[in-house]
Parts: sequence; C-alpha cells; structure tokens
Amino acid sequence: MSPKTLYDKIWDAHVAHEADDGTCLLYIDRHLVHEVTSPQAFEGLRMTGRKVRAPEKTIAVPDHNVPTTAGRENPEQMTEESRIQVAALDKNAKEFGVHYYPVSDVRQGIVHIVGPENGWTLPGMTVVCGDSHTATHGAFGSLAHGIGTSEVEHVLATQTLIQKKSKNMKVEITGKLNPGVTAKDVTLAIIGATGTGGGTGYVIEYCGEAIQSLSMEGRMTVCNMAIEGGARAGLIAPDQTTFDYCKGRPHAPKGGAWEQAEAYWRTLFSDEGAHFDKVVTLKGEDIQPVVTWGTSPEDVLPITGVVPSPEDFEGGKVEAARRSIEYMGLTPGQKLTDIEIDTVFIGSCTNGRIEDMRAAAEVLKGKKIKDGMRAMIVPGSGLVRAQAEEEGLADIFREAGFEWRLAGCSMCLAMNPDQLSENERCASTSNRNFEGRQGYKGRTHLVSPAMAAAAAITGKLTDIRELM
Amino acid sequence: MKKFETFSGIAAPMPLVNIDTDMIIPKVFLKSIQRTGFGKNLFDEMRYNRDGSEIPDFVLNKPQYRDAQILIAGDNFGCGSSREHAPWALDDFGIKVIVSTSFADIFFNNSFKNGMLPIVLPQEQVDVLMADAEKGANARMTVDLEAQEITTSDGDVIKFEVDAFKKHCLLNGLDDIGLTMEKEASIDAYEATAGAERPWV
Repeated sequence: MSPKTLYDKIWDAHVAHEADDGTCLLYIDRHLVHEVTSPQAFEGLRMTGRKVRAPEKTIAVPDHNVPTTAGRENPEQMTEESRIQVAALDKNAKEFGVHYYPVSDVRQGIVHIVGPENGWTLPGMTVVCGDSHTATHGAFGSLAHGIGTSEVEHVLATQTLIQKKSKNMKVEITGKLNPGVTAKDVTLAIIGATGTGGGTGYVIEYCGEAIQSLSMEGRMTVCNMAIEGGARAGLIAPDQTTFDYCKGRPHAPKGGAWEQAEAYWRTLFSDEGAHFDKVVTLKGEDIQPVVTWGTSPEDVLPITGVVPSPEDFEGGKVEAARRSIEYMGLTPGQKLTDIEIDTVFIGSCTNGRIEDMRAAAEVLKGKKIKDGMRAMIVPGSGLVRAQAEEEGLADIFREAGFEWRLAGCSMCLAMNPDQLSENERCASTSNRNFEGRQGYKGRTHLVSPAMAAAAAITGKLTDIRELM
Repeated sequence: MKKFETFSGIAAPMPLVNIDTDMIIPKVFLKSIQRTGFGKNLFDEMRYNRDGSEIPDFVLNKPQYRDAQILIAGDNFGCGSSREHAPWALDDFGIKVIVSTSFADIFFNNSFKNGMLPIVLPQEQVDVLMADAEKGANARMTVDLEAQEITTSDGDVIKFEVDAFKKHCLLNGLDDIGLTMEKEASIDAYEATAGAERPWV
C-alpha cells in the first residue's frame, strides 16, 4: 500500500460514493450551524419538504449577531434584523430537532470554540460549518472547512458534500519558538510567506517541532487562519496533547469506546514517504512577534519593521498596497511601533480561548490601560468566561480598565453593536483586517493577545518582548 | 437552478487583487433571511458614499458598465468569508461570469451553486480580456460554456477549463441535492459501515 498523508487517510475514510470523474460524496460527521448562513438553508428544506438527515450530528449556536453586553436576553439589545436571524435559528433548531445552545445557555459561544470545548470535534472526523473559520477544527486532525449556504442545505438534507479532493501541502515549522512568539505570530508569519492565495487548492498539514509543542488552543489558532492563506483546510496530526484535551469532554467517547477511538486516532498521521504536492518550511527561531500593516492578512511584518512602500511590491499588489496604506492612514517608512492605537479587541474564534485570556492577563496584571483607550475582552464562550472568572483573570482585566464581555463573535466582524467608527484604529486578535471588516472605515492591525494587551497599556503597537 | 446559456454581455474591469467577500457584500447586509435583494448593495462601500450617493469613479457606476454581466478581476477574487451572500449579490446585480487568475475556494464553489460561472485563466489571457473590458460598453464578450470559449469584441477566442460535473449541472440547471438524493443507497451503506467501524462518531 502506498504511503498516505493524514488528509488522504481522513478523505478515504469518508467517501460515501465516487463517480468516474473523481467527484465524491464526502460523508460529514459534524455539522455546525450559526444564525447568519443557515436561515436560507432551513427555508430551502421547508420548501422542498426535506428533513435534516442526521440531527444528532448537527449542532447549532447563535454567535455572529448576539450582543456581548449584560442583559442581552432582552431582545431590545439587538437590531430588528439580528433579532429575526437569532429567532429563526431558535425556531429552526427546535423544528428540525438539532442540538442547540441558545444565548441563555452558559455553553453558548463562538461556534468554533463551542464545538471542541464540548467534545463534538474529535480526531479523524469531517466537520463543516457555514463559516470560513471552520478550519479551526483541523487542530484535532479532523478535516474541517467552511461551506456556503447552498452546501449547508446540502449537508442538512444528505449529510454529505459533493467534493473533489484537494492537493496536499506540508507546512513545517522546525525548532523552537522564541519568547514572546505565539501561535498567532506563527500563523500570520506563514501567510506572510505564502500569501493569501498560496494555499488555494490545497489542504495544509502543519507539522514540525514548533507546531507539536503548541497546546490545543495554540493549534486551533494556527489552523483557524489556514483559510486566510487560501487553503481549504488546515490539519495537525493528533497526539497525546490532543487526546488529553478531548478526554472527559461531554460528547467525547467514554470507557471502552474511548479505548477503541484512541487506538484509531493513533493511526492518523502522514506515513513516512507520503507525497506532498507542495512543501513550505519555516524555522521557528526566525519567527518574530508580527503585526499587519495593511488590509489583507498577507500584509504582515515583524513588529520591528516599518510601513512598506507600494514600490516594494510587484504586479497587481502595487495598487493593492497603495490602496491599503491610504485606507490605513499610514506613511511608508513609518516605524510600526510608532503607530498609535485607539481601541483594543481581544477575542474571536482565533484568540478567544482560555489560553488567550491567560496570555492577556499576564501582560495586564497590575497595569492600567492608557487614558482614553477603548479596550474590550470578549471570551469565546460562556465556559471560557466562567473559567477566566474562576482563575481571577476577569478581575485583572477589569482592574486594568478593560470591558469584560459576554461570549460572541463581537468586533471580529462587527455584526453586533461592537464596531469601530470611521478611522478608529484597533489592535485586534481577530483574523481579518479587510476594509470595513470591524466597522465602516475602521482600521485593523492583527496581533496576538499579548501584543494586543501591550498596545492597550502603551497606546501604540508594541513589541511584547520589551514588556517581558 | 436556472440554466446557464450562451450570452453576449458587457465586461467590467476590476484589476484589484484580493477582492474579498467583505468588499463584495459588507456584513451589514448579511442580516436578511432571504436569498434575493442583495444586488443594490453589491460592493457597497466602494460604490456609495455614506450619504447613499454614488461614487462616480467606481467601475459599476460608470455609464458604460452599469449593465455589466461579466467581471474581469484581479487575482484571488472572493477571498475571505464563506458568505454565499457574495455570489447572491453578484447574481442579483446581473453578473453571470467572473474571470480571474484565481478564486478563493469557497467563493468558487458557491458561485456554481447559483448558476454563475467563475473562469480561471492564465495572467496573459486575463490581461487580454482586461484590455478588452477597458474599452467599455461597445466591447461585448460572448461566453459559450458548452464550447468552453470566451470570444472578445475583436473576435479572439479564448478557451477555458471547467470541471465536467459542474459544467453539466450549470448547462442543465440541476439541483445538487436532488442529484445526491438519488445516491441515498450509497449514503445508507456508508453510514452502516462507518457506524460499525467508528461507533463513537
């Protein structure tokens, strides 16, 4: 038998039908659903009289639109349109009998944090959601990717997706990471190296010592942004760290079933000599704390750098860089550490987990944010929030001057009231710095939680190593 | 789904690279629970001032491109979010074909599900089409999916590749879910086997 990659193995285990031209029906083990991309899909089922084929494998939670301020059970906190979407999810979840975590449930949160936290996401599974950051779940060695609403309807009705296999790409991060360098810096540095289209047509397997030494939270941060590099999915082979994270979670297998599952999971790795169509290698030691300067996640530089000039680029990127620099209100040659920040946002499916809260708290302990700074921390789920309160992190945030919010997607995409105003500049732990992403004409610099916390204190983009 | 038929239409040039789905349809317009009505907000922040007035320089606001049915775009079109609202907005505006050197994966798939045809071509050929589109409304291109050809206003013919299954679905306006349900026996059989091998799933 020829050696297989991890992706090959998961793919092969999920093909329910293969046509002569290689078009496959890929079976889906977990379907996560949120309020923004699902209403039209449920409506489609209703119009055609179809049912959800596997409601027991379908998990719904509202996250994109929900307010993150106290008293949000009161629907008056939402705009009418948001209220309609959340109400539609409520109705659809009940009518079609899928698992559901409503806003009032402590387990509610960002769908990509809720899935792993409750043991829905397990190694070797196929996981989809009508959200591009579904790639997050690849951290468990599960094949996970975002889909559009037509595909959401297709999975609801058939529990399969029509797919052709992607190519295999290996991204290896060798060696160790330096102090101050986090999973966020690693994933941004990879996109900086490959470009936002570099992964198009591929499923990426991240490997190497620097990846293996990351916690599950860190691995989820890395895989989360696979999509920003254009890849269909990102994967990390499951290991003891993965198994320890999964064990005891509410929907993880128990007893004999756990033993059987773990034995299978231990076969999920790329075989020696397996073929990769593309290989990218970075040295862990070379990665520095990074920040984005432009309006594409590939516009990334070490914090010690300066704002580039459009002439530094080639082809279509020259005009894109000119437009980005103007939009961001920057000057070529300006030191990144001279950029003043108005707002700090810590949260999102990229960096809204307990480890991110701890990293921010470590920087903020005993400190105050700069006068006039607007700073908010939005935990990724109600359970993350509860744990952060138990560990005393919430007190550190409040004493430093941060707003300590309830769980949701919040200012990552600003569909709820948490938004930037025109020209407001934000150091954000989210995943996209697109024009208008965090609010009309808002300016986003993507950073790690520690760097975001540091910026809140100093009022500028800051090299975290100087505060260590 | 509507059938994709050969047509001649105006092509609008959008050479900017990395046009993301937040540009195509900003999130403030994602709150509808319908599939239609997004066209008026297509490229909203590039197309309108805050007071709702049009930005005259934006390509689709120029008189010669207001009825464009084809977009010739820069690399990595449709990157970012999985929102199908992006193809819905393009479709609602009247765009049927987008040509670029590459597309983001999810956007690419979403387009086909809505009867639209994204076409990937090498840079040199995109450049030819971009130059043709720059000529304005008199330069109508013809897109023939059956023959897999784009004909420029000068009569140059450019061949393109398309996945055979996706082509078949577009030409015949086939509904994916209906097609898959014809293979229900395979799905049943898979569930039985996989359920026995991996009962914890």
